[in-house]
Amino acid sequence: MHLDTSIWPTTLDAGHALLAALVLVLLIFQVLLLTAGIVALLRRGRTAESVGPASTPTTAASIVPEARETPVEAVASPLREAAPDAALQLLSLLQNEARFIDFVQENVTSYSDAEIGAAARIVHEGCRKVIHQHFELEPVRKEAESSRVTLPKGFDAASVRLTGNIVGQAPFSGTLVHRGWRAVQVKLPKLVESHDTRIIAPAEVEL
Amino acid sequence: MSDSSRFSVGIDLGTTNSVLSYVELGACEGEQAVLEVLEIPQLTSPGVVAERPQLPSFLYQAHEAEVRPEDLELPWSNEDRAIVGELARTLGSKTPIRLIASAKSWLCHSGVDCRAAILPIQAPEEVARVSPLEASKLYLRHLRDSWDARFPESPLSEQELVITVPASFDPAARELTVEAAHAVGLRQAVLLEEPQSALYSWIQRSEGRWREQVKPGDIILVVDVGGGTTDLSLIAVTEEDGNLLLNRVAIGDHILLGGDNMDLALAYALKMKLEAEGKRLEPWQIQALTHGCRDAKEAILADDEVQEVPVVVPSRGSSLIGGSLRTALTRDDVTRTLMDGFFPKVGIDARPAAQSRTGLTTLGLPYAKDARITCHLAAFLARQVSAASELAGFDLPEDARMIRPTALLLNGGVFKAEQLSQRLLDVVGSWLNEESAPPARLLQGADLDLAVARGAAYYGYVRQGQGVRIRGGIAAAYYVGVESAMPAVPGFPPPMQALCIAPFGMEEGTEAALPPHEFGLIVGEPVRFRFFASTVRRDDPVGTRLEDWHQDELDELQEIEVSLQAEQYASGQVVPVCLAAKVTEVGTLQLEAVARDSEQRWKVEFDVRASDGAAGAVPEAERALA
Repeated sequence: MHLDTSIWPTTLDAGHALLAALVLVLLIFQVLLLTAGIVALLRRGRTAESVGPASTPTTAASIVPEARETPVEAVASPLREAAPDAALQLLSLLQNEARFIDFVQENVTSYSDAEIGAAARIVHEGCRKVIHQHFELEPVRKEAESSRVTLPKGFDAASVRLTGNIVGQAPFSGTLVHRGWRAVQVKLPKLVESHDTRIIAPAEVEL
Repeated sequence: MSDSSRFSVGIDLGTTNSVLSYVELGACEGEQAVLEVLEIPQLTSPGVVAERPQLPSFLYQAHEAEVRPEDLELPWSNEDRAIVGELARTLGSKTPIRLIASAKSWLCHSGVDCRAAILPIQAPEEVARVSPLEASKLYLRHLRDSWDARFPESPLSEQELVITVPASFDPAARELTVEAAHAVGLRQAVLLEEPQSALYSWIQRSEGRWREQVKPGDIILVVDVGGGTTDLSLIAVTEEDGNLLLNRVAIGDHILLGGDNMDLALAYALKMKLEAEGKRLEPWQIQALTHGCRDAKEAILADDEVQEVPVVVPSRGSSLIGGSLRTALTRDDVTRTLMDGFFPKVGIDARPAAQSRTGLTTLGLPYAKDARITCHLAAFLARQVSAASELAGFDLPEDARMIRPTALLLNGGVFKAEQLSQRLLDVVGSWLNEESAPPARLLQGADLDLAVARGAAYYGYVRQGQGVRIRGGIAAAYYVGVESAMPAVPGFPPPMQALCIAPFGMEEGTEAALPPHEFGLIVGEPVRFRFFASTVRRDDPVGTRLEDWHQDELDELQEIEVSLQAEQYASGQVVPVCLAAKVTEVGTLQLEAVARDSEQRWKVEFDVRASDGAAGAVPEAERALA
């Protein structure tokens, strides 16, 4: 085969058009593959960083039209780290009011149901109090459970999850299995600057 | 006060919880007012600030090693690192020796000096003490700062402000409350009696329809059972030019008995049960038990089907399941302890056991010895049999043994239990039946927890000329003790006469006439008078001298003191003075010594309770002799 690197084709011939199409198809394939990999990783544990920032694509829906101009230069991760402070704070509230950590950390195998039930009362009452004090909750769907509901086109897939025989196009009609919960308002206590939230409950020493 | 007030604010400075309610004046119309309750930021654990609708009225005197100073920061500057509110209550439940509670009840306690640093009363020497007045100041300061943080454009000191006090607060306690408000810059505050406030709240919530529920000739009995006190008032409904008028005609005694006592009583009932099973309880467990009983009690009293509610005392260690104590509160416990203990079915002639009056009670609060609220109520109604006799349309037959309330307004969280309110209604009904009078009805639509604060905010709005206002004036006549001119008999104190200086029902902003009796006071020497109040002698004009009186008629308050300062008089000179009384716009009684010749005036101090131990004992001894 003769290879001359000094000349360029002057017109777009069928061979080159085919080549270009092949490149495009391969590019799309690669992007899809990467997306699938990231999704799998996300499901296993939130270790998105290991994928590396350079090749992180955007959502699957926007891949095809934008694939050609992906100069992919260190795009910021679309995933954010949840601040541990709020989580620790909630644990602390649940421990203080409901002895939540004590309950979960205790080995229940040696206790009778009655004993566990007695402790569960404390936990239930306390958790309830914390939830009522700091969150305002409402069901996502107001209809009664196991009633028939219809979801219009363009419904919010984040607040309503479809299950079962998902075929066809919206509007979808189905049975409301769970009404869902939505936090309308969150009122977490404020913390002083130097507060160490990692102390969920201080040790107690009686003098 | 000022025309620029944007809000009317009501503060319920309670024995165990304080609440601040407010209404925007511009948004009100007629009897329609939209009331809000302020969310009060407070420390809930060290370094954590959360908002709660109530500020627990507790102050905790922490040890310097106990909490890091930076963990006591509040949204505003908390320079002296005072711990009030929920954190104070939480810390105090584990370290009671450093906890100051019920400061309000101390304000009305004769026999202690409320400006002296005496609380916590049973703390070891090294714990810093504060006075009951100082504690009240700190609660008010916290409420003020919470408000100012929420409405920086409209500081609390510039709003219409009403602070509630028990109807049974004596003049000294009212003045101390006002003094606490002044000390934190709330100089415009006026006072309102709590049962009246509850009625205002009921009026406001009815949105004008209260007129359909009462009619002229009605006597409304307000029973306000707070956390620590029970407060009684009677309000008569009259008509003038087609308008309904409300007249507060009587108030009850100061009874230190409330919802907290009921929960404690249940806890002790359960403690006995546990001890019968051979389980020993430690003090901290009683506390947890009390807490559990409150919820269990409400569950049982709310639902007739419930026979038993488990109560669990969690362990202190981290083993929750293994270390917890389990017991159950039964319907029988609740009926026996609460219904029969606090609201027994008693006859119209029942009276509470006499309150013992020994000098020893000065060590603690004079809690009611008799827990039977129905007995206190029977005594009150019988004592006030002629409370409304001056008003037209309230004539009672000669043989009436009690005033006959036609409607009942209940206030306080304990009445969330329907059975308790029903029992009270039944007992009052049985008395009325004995008197062959129609039964009383329950006024509907009361807000049991927040009514006092809400009513106070509404009252601030009413004061601006909107809506109906309860007429009252002072609900007692006041007397000073004067010695009769009699030759001394060795071994007996000279007989005492009571000279009326302030008649019953004096309105706010009025002054009583000068009594004819003169005292010769020595300039530069403080003089004390014995001081009495009567909630039943309605007709004594100023200057009336009582030679002797029935034990029930006059209550002795703590002594009052006047000290003439030498200004235009020489020290040691004897100046003839009269004692003049006036009721301020704020709602406090003010006494002055007025010099007959020069019209010069000196303030008479109320709060001169035992400045030292001995002085407190003397009036007690005198009382015993009398």
